[in-house]
Amino acid sequence: MSGAGRAVLAGLALTLPFWLPNPYFLHVAIMAGIFGVLALSLNLLLGYTGQLSLGHAAFFGIGAYASALLTLRLEWSFWLALPAAVALAALAGWLIGRLALKLRGAYFVLVTISFAGVVALVSVNWMELTNGPLGLPGVPAPTLGPWSLRGKPAYYYLVLAAVLLASLVCRRLVHSRIGRAFVALRENEPLAESVGVDVTHYLVLAAVVSAAMAGLAGSLYAHYTRFVSPEVFLFSYTVTMVIMVVAGGKGTLAGPLVGALIFTVLPEALRAVVSWQWQMLAYGVLLILLVVFLPRGIVPAIAAWRVRQAP
Amino acid sequence: MTAPDRTPLLSLEDLHAAYGPVVALRGLDLVVHPGELVCLIGANGAGKTSTLRAVSGLLSPTRGRIVFDGRPIHGAEPADILVAGIAHCPEGRRVFPHLTVRENLEMGAYVRRDRRGVDADLERVSTHFPILAERRRQMAGTLSGGEQQMLAIARALMARPRLILFDEPSLGLSPALVETTFGIIADIRRRGTTVLMVEQNAYLALRMADRGYVMETGRVVLGGPAAELLGNDRVRRAYLGG
Repeated sequence: MSGAGRAVLAGLALTLPFWLPNPYFLHVAIMAGIFGVLALSLNLLLGYTGQLSLGHAAFFGIGAYASALLTLRLEWSFWLALPAAVALAALAGWLIGRLALKLRGAYFVLVTISFAGVVALVSVNWMELTNGPLGLPGVPAPTLGPWSLRGKPAYYYLVLAAVLLASLVCRRLVHSRIGRAFVALRENEPLAESVGVDVTHYLVLAAVVSAAMAGLAGSLYAHYTRFVSPEVFLFSYTVTMVIMVVAGGKGTLAGPLVGALIFTVLPEALRAVVSWQWQMLAYGVLLILLVVFLPRGIVPAIAAWRVRQAP
Repeated sequence: MTAPDRTPLLSLEDLHAAYGPVVALRGLDLVVHPGELVCLIGANGAGKTSTLRAVSGLLSPTRGRIVFDGRPIHGAEPADILVAGIAHCPEGRRVFPHLTVRENLEMGAYVRRDRRGVDADLERVSTHFPILAERRRQMAGTLSGGEQQMLAIARALMARPRLILFDEPSLGLSPALVETTFGIIADIRRRGTTVLMVEQNAYLALRMADRGYVMETGRVVLGGPAAELLGNDRVRRAYLGG
């Protein structure tokens, strides 16, 4: 993207709460931001190391529950609960990374699905801790000094900061030796091993960073909706993340964000135009069209188009 | 070229290795002297690739020793073995298809920390393989088979190895490209890098090698100067087609 394009985009993002006509739109923007962090997180594994995690909602949920419980039960400040939630999700990512060490492809997918299933069951059945299916209401909104971040505009900026942080972390990683190792692994694992890339080390590292970012999104979600229930572990969250990453362009830095924006706004937009029976159908058709016509995703397609346009 | 001295650069002693329950190597003995070009021949499944994998640390031996330059390296990590001076050019898919030619070359120096040395070697490799310099921004997957092979060899050189392991360098290449590739390998050896090579094309391999070993079911059954093996009746019948 050109410098001017970037500046316009940054300007739009920074002033959004001032010109969006109503709070509902701002709500959609906040959700797009939270899903943006999730999509960036999944993209690190799926797009760069080539491993598909179909249990990514687990890290999201762990972050949400950890943050909610720490602020509710132990009355921790949000600013302490957030890093703790991130750390706990990262720990879970490390566990999965270690477990999935010898496993690739379908087996890795199965391990991640089972892990999410187990964590969801715990959240439903450990009544004393999680309040079971009833969930945890009244998760406090974060405060910053004397100000509460309860309002949507303030929360929007918090989420925007998280999106920027996650993008920055991804950018730094991808453009480093580590990112090169990730891609080498994805491209040709035996060859990567033979040039001295420590496969185990880098897969675990990718899982840890990815899970930590999902945990960050979970914490932000918990303190935004101010209610956490076992629904955070729903498989549909994971599917949404996968759709965002694949449609936006896996293995690119901007793709997941573009995907998150489109696939948060789209269902809401469809809801406004068509009745609910047609909503999912239209969504499905659009998705199929995207996969058929832009199999590598939106961002790579635009990049390829720009290359063709250039003299 | 100086005559190879008698202290081996690489020696494998009574090497055993397995993939789970499947035994690949059962008591392999082999030496490579400095400056030599040694080739391993044998049928599919004889353990040739496993031998190279064991040397480069990709397959952990269950028994036996691997000594490189006087130091035992069996059980070491692939990265440490690479740093010690052994590069591996594996068979099959030889490049990272969605990395550029230049990035592929840089991957060859992944374990090296001397940025300046790496840059110098990038230059050196570029003058040696002009076609790669020309295509340095191109995705490696878009190169022809022969160019990919050159890239793979150049990448192995980027580690500045003292010993290069080549696994089936002729696989999937046209006869003309096989000649070119073997010419490059001979050239690498002339410049002082020792070569241990696994090759299906036993005739071509033995013709350019100093010495050869014949492997069957995980061990060496015959070894000697390449010229002698070329004249050996058993070798001729089994691997040279008459």
